[in-house]
Amino acid sequence: MASNAAVPFWRTAGMTYITYSNICANLVRNCLKEPYKTEALSREKVHFSISKWTNGKPEKPTIRSDSSEE
Amino acid sequence: MLRRASGLLARPILAARARPFSTDLPAAQTADATFVEAWKKVIPNMDPPKTPLSFMQPRPPTPSSIPSKLTVNFVLPYASELATKEVDMVIVPATTGQMGILPGHVATIAELKPGVLSVHEGSDVTKYFISSGFVFIHANSFADIIAVEAMPLDQIDASLVQKGLADFTQKLSSATTDLEKAEGQIGIDVHSALNSALTG
Repeated sequence: MASNAAVPFWRTAGMTYITYSNICANLVRNCLKEPYKTEALSREKVHFSISKWTNGKPEKPTIRSDSSEE
Repeated sequence: MLRRASGLLARPILAARARPFSTDLPAAQTADATFVEAWKKVIPNMDPPKTPLSFMQPRPPTPSSIPSKLTVNFVLPYASELATKEVDMVIVPATTGQMGILPGHVATIAELKPGVLSVHEGSDVTKYFISSGFVFIHANSFADIIAVEAMPLDQIDASLVQKGLADFTQKLSSATTDLEKAEGQIGIDVHSALNSALTG
């Protein structure tokens, strides 16, 4: 099947649509005026605990709080 | 008996695969009639379980004449901006250019680029800046606009936009790998769209 539409530049550079869309959203959020900007940044924070597994057993979990900066 | 039940459940799924495009469907049913009948034949004493169809609101049918208003659902991951709002026209920033959607528009799926969405209702125009997303236009004059991030234009800070544009122009010129070039280009696209949204 030949390519029907021109492939977007980010796709040729190896980026997926979701990565592209998230980058766009982050850039737009960084250009907001003050009260909205802090709300938007707090909206996208994730807070989770990770534990690596070795030999079928989980090691001690670590807690990460990532905001949406790359 | 369990084997027969799985055979009965398979039948509605096969019927679904034979349908044409989902944007052309007539009014969707609220309960799967064949499943309910078959259930009652095999297990008459128990109520049939509710299938996902009965939890969903049925899609309104495509009317025979073009409706006078377009119904818009504009949703973000964290909020629903407009929910089944009746408007006269919306203009969306599709990747192929500004697309105006009027009632009776042909069923379309369009990818959106960073730009301005304007909702026209009578003489009011409400503008939002969208970071990216999709718009699904159905044959029954319903438009679903989904975006990752959207805000009214007055929440955008012009000085940050200028600064971002300068930063990314510089980043693109000093980029080495393909990925950095792509990121620089994306930054320039988004900030120039923000700029023209504020000035246009």
